[in-house]
Amino acid sequence: MTSVLTIVLYGLQEALRRRVFAVVLALTLAFLVLYWIANRYVFDHIHNVIPPAGIDARTFAAAFVFGMAMFGTLFLGVVLAVFLTLGVVRGDAERGLLQPLVVRPIGRSTLLAARFLGAASVCVPYTLFVYFAAMLITGATGHWWPDRIVTPAFELAGAVVLVAALSLLGSVFLSTTANGIAVFMLFGAGLVSGLLGSVGHALNSHGLIRAAKIAAWAIPFEALYQDALRAITASTSGLTGFLLRLGPFGGAENGGAALRLWTVVYFVLVGAVTLAAFRRRDL
Amino acid sequence: MGRTAYFRGPVFLVRDAADRDSPGLAGFEQRIRVELVGPAEEVGARIRLGRPVDGSAKRRRPARVERLPSLECVQTRLRLLGDGPFLVAAWHRAHCTSIDSACVSAALAVRGLAKRYGNVTALGGVDLEVAEGELVGLLGPNGAGKSTLVKIACGLVRQTAGSAAVCGAPAGSIGARRQIGYLAELFRFPGWMSADEVLTLHQRLSGSSGGERERTELLELVALREARERRVEEMSKGMQQRLGVAQALVGAPRLLLLDEPTSALDPVGRRTVRTLLEELRARGISVLLNSHLLSEIELVCDRVVILLGGRVTAAGTPDELSRARGIELETDAGTRLVAGTRDDVPRVVGDAIAAGERIYGVNVRRSTLEDVYLEAVGGETD
Repeated sequence: MTSVLTIVLYGLQEALRRRVFAVVLALTLAFLVLYWIANRYVFDHIHNVIPPAGIDARTFAAAFVFGMAMFGTLFLGVVLAVFLTLGVVRGDAERGLLQPLVVRPIGRSTLLAARFLGAASVCVPYTLFVYFAAMLITGATGHWWPDRIVTPAFELAGAVVLVAALSLLGSVFLSTTANGIAVFMLFGAGLVSGLLGSVGHALNSHGLIRAAKIAAWAIPFEALYQDALRAITASTSGLTGFLLRLGPFGGAENGGAALRLWTVVYFVLVGAVTLAAFRRRDL
Repeated sequence: MGRTAYFRGPVFLVRDAADRDSPGLAGFEQRIRVELVGPAEEVGARIRLGRPVDGSAKRRRPARVERLPSLECVQTRLRLLGDGPFLVAAWHRAHCTSIDSACVSAALAVRGLAKRYGNVTALGGVDLEVAEGELVGLLGPNGAGKSTLVKIACGLVRQTAGSAAVCGAPAGSIGARRQIGYLAELFRFPGWMSADEVLTLHQRLSGSSGGERERTELLELVALREARERRVEEMSKGMQQRLGVAQALVGAPRLLLLDEPTSALDPVGRRTVRTLLEELRARGISVLLNSHLLSEIELVCDRVVILLGGRVTAAGTPDELSRARGIELETDAGTRLVAGTRDDVPRVVGDAIAAGERIYGVNVRRSTLEDVYLEAVGGETD
């Protein structure tokens, strides 16, 4: 346990001293300030908007803006997770940082688990913080609150943790740069699958919807994001609900308990493959 | 009546429980390492702290007696003691009649070790042993498999065939890693850490409880005491390499695996490391030293192993490896080399004098390690 804590602290200390946290904090503050300005602008003028029949302008605007904030939250969380994990194995081994640690009597799986825990212990609180901050900004300026508050927050945090696990898996096989590119391409693929789903829903194309769903479940962090989007307007119906389900940066899709179960299974599989690969890897 | 057995070297006294209070501990050395034979759960030990055994009566008045329940406790306690004077008595609770040297595990035992990377054979069946307290030099051209062998020994690389054991434990196992200190050929410490922080990190990971005292001692050993708070990124390459050596010594390892430890050092730094290696040998720590610097190997190593193409081509002490090259005679007619060994000197000199020559100097020439090395590798560099 002491070894795990030592490695966790080592990872966090590295991020702190290398100013990863400072950069992310600055980005987050900029994001929240801009988000607050955007909210002020939208809700100061919302009473001047005459929406098409059947659309609740305030609900639509607030849920849409907050949906975008959720995407921003996911993106920032992913950036942080990737920074903390992308070079843990091959990157550090190529730089000669890993070997002195691995020969210590701590076990490779302990080392890897500790680096993951270190990343998760930062990313989860961070994601929750940004989510709730954005929600408070929208609630205070637009007087709108999500239909479900807590579930989407933890789904976003889960999505970030999953990306951290995938980044760790990538770090066993890929160099730091290649892994960074690969993880963000995966993230981009998730975004595309979500947009594909939106197009499918707008055109009522079952083929597109099915393809988007398969893609999202293949990379469940995207499916979790879509489920979180769906949850914030779970009780919103009618044309407003339909339009909101097209969602910003990908459609809102109800994943339900099956998705959460699949996420856990997926996480365990990714973890097992990562550990097995790291154990077999020559350094 | 329990029996005792004592061996000069690393493994020592085993007596049964009935005999545990016997004070007759003659023959111990000052610097000592304990290795208990048998399953850990059946082993008990008592450490007597006292003066060095030099025949004086004071050895019978131990300063302190500690009772330790297991092999692990004994090892931990001994690490804390450093190399100070103490005596060790250990006993089996079960029957233990005697031990012999076969019970003593080599610090590193490698048998038929092979490693292939795809179609490339890095090691093709290497047998090698490093005894307790022995300093073995590993030589060979680039690509001979030296680093691969060292990496297998410390569990960074998995062998394709054969076996490697560190103090009896399979290489790479937690038990083996507890016994080793390793300095990689290409290593780096996080630039944002200070020298003290690097050592603290490795103390925690190795389970060392040496604390600040150990860190101070190690930094002094590698002449980095003044740079204790300096960040790694502010250190020269040579300082970082010396810090690497200090890091490898954290937790008082029994086997030190050093892969090119002096490659970035200036002559003074190399001398510091050489002195350190001699000091470590005196403490009974085994060292496998991988280096290209033949003079360094020749100066400090007890034994030399030359690898070529993943196989051992020559092995032995520097003296065994070097061969007589002849007798150099300096006469009034000039200097010439005559065939023969040291035993032939009187005859050769006598013959020369009988032939009317005046002798000004006689020198028995032996091949240097460099000659042996070049002969063994056949001039191969890659």
